[in-house]
Amino acid sequence: MNGSERSQNRIWSRLVQAAFVIGLLTLWYLATAKWGVSHLLLPNPVIVYEQLKDVIGSGEFIPDLRVTLTELAIAFSISSVGGIALGYLLSRSQFLIRVFEPLLAGAYSIPIILFLPLYVLFFGLGPASKIALGTTISFFPIVLNTIAGFGYVDRIYVVAARSMGASDYQLFRWVLLPAALPVILTGLRMGFTVALLSILGSETIASLAGLGHRIVHLAEAMETARMFAYIAFAVAIAAILNVVVTRLEATGRR
Amino acid sequence: MTSADAAVRIENVSHHFGEVGDAHHVRALLDTSLDIARGELLCLIGPSGCGKSTLLNVIGGLISPSTGTVHVGATPVRGPLPREIAFVFQENALFPWSTVMENVVLGMMFQGVPRAEREERARKSLHAVGLADFARHYPAQLSGGMRQRAALARALSLETGILLMDEPFGALDEQTRMILGEDLSVLLARTEKTIVFVTHSLGEAVFLADRVAVFSARPGTIKEIIRVDEPHPRRPEFVTTEKFHTLRNKLYTLLHDEIRKAVSETYGLRDRAGALS
Repeated sequence: MNGSERSQNRIWSRLVQAAFVIGLLTLWYLATAKWGVSHLLLPNPVIVYEQLKDVIGSGEFIPDLRVTLTELAIAFSISSVGGIALGYLLSRSQFLIRVFEPLLAGAYSIPIILFLPLYVLFFGLGPASKIALGTTISFFPIVLNTIAGFGYVDRIYVVAARSMGASDYQLFRWVLLPAALPVILTGLRMGFTVALLSILGSETIASLAGLGHRIVHLAEAMETARMFAYIAFAVAIAAILNVVVTRLEATGRR
Repeated sequence: MTSADAAVRIENVSHHFGEVGDAHHVRALLDTSLDIARGELLCLIGPSGCGKSTLLNVIGGLISPSTGTVHVGATPVRGPLPREIAFVFQENALFPWSTVMENVVLGMMFQGVPRAEREERARKSLHAVGLADFARHYPAQLSGGMRQRAALARALSLETGILLMDEPFGALDEQTRMILGEDLSVLLARTEKTIVFVTHSLGEAVFLADRVAVFSARPGTIKEIIRVDEPHPRRPEFVTTEKFHTLRNKLYTLLHDEIRKAVSETYGLRDRAGALS
């Protein structure tokens, strides 16, 4: 009874969500087809859809997507390996935590996107500057969560394990790691999200290739419909990646 | 008692936290000596911060005393002795990311029990504490009393000669506590274990112990030892007897002055001392 009521509620909220999205699309369509909004500012959704089919069907997106995903993969690999390693080392000493956690937390609150001009100067317009920015931005949530995960394990677990004779390795493998893992996974997910955002964003500011670059290029050429198609495509890619990462996080927590 | 009979021999143990003259300096334990006989159940009781938990941690090798020595059998205690001593802590010392079964098995793995024996022994000790059907539950899915049963099963599976219990039922409600006390008495009567049991509860001390060591206020030391001559396992009716009440009243009188002293002297220090002891 209760269960079916709950599932009915869920169906109902899904219906309202779908109606909301359809409503927005309808408004969009009416604005372009009936109310005379300029096609240069807001292209007709049907045309955007045709363009999207063409972008995907022709495989035109592949080189740009490859550039963006490569930048993301490299940036995230560097920041997660570096962030977890540094976070673990700092977490071994209460003194180091006291010294470095506030510094890192302070650095985390800086809008790191401001370093982009500097990074372009250092590393050029190519992927290297995007990788540097994505790495820098995603490093902080990862290192901070790693410190929080390893640094604040309840002492009673450590004392209990030691009293039963746990070795250093056993303590790490069976106590510290499982205690810290959920917090570290959250840091990795946050780092992944900001890495993706900053890489796409920096591609729109100064770049030679990538999805962000393509979108700006189309805007400058006034090909608004195709630009909207690329935006929809990039949103879909980001959504898929976020779902995958969130799933992985939930699996890792178990 | 000769030293050959003693499972644990505590000689002139004193312990202080922090440096002398420091604002954080706390003298927790003062020149305490005691022999604990093989197979005996000894309760430590006293005011908060009197050092009874400190003494337990010193016996278990989790704290090195400032002065004095502890021997387990012929071995001087210089660190944890996982093959001789198992702990049951106050609460929440089970690993929450592991099931009850995994918790028990992990303890044996740390201790060095061969892999092939672990499951079997875990099953046996879970059965003994009445948790056979909860092996696959996580600690968060159990009540407080069941969690302490699981912690007891983890300690029993280690098959040590000595069991140290630090207010194991302290966080439980009165009824759960009573039932666990009765079950513990039955369970332990079947083993040859030497047990040191820290408690705040006068009734629990009289019900479980062969001897009750009463601590004075901080800096704590043993003020008096009361013997409870009653065969194990203790019957639930024991608590209604004249003997039980006489002993409980005697403990109450001994403790009352010390608790008054402790509360008035150390009110401001209590939290810190609690965190340390």
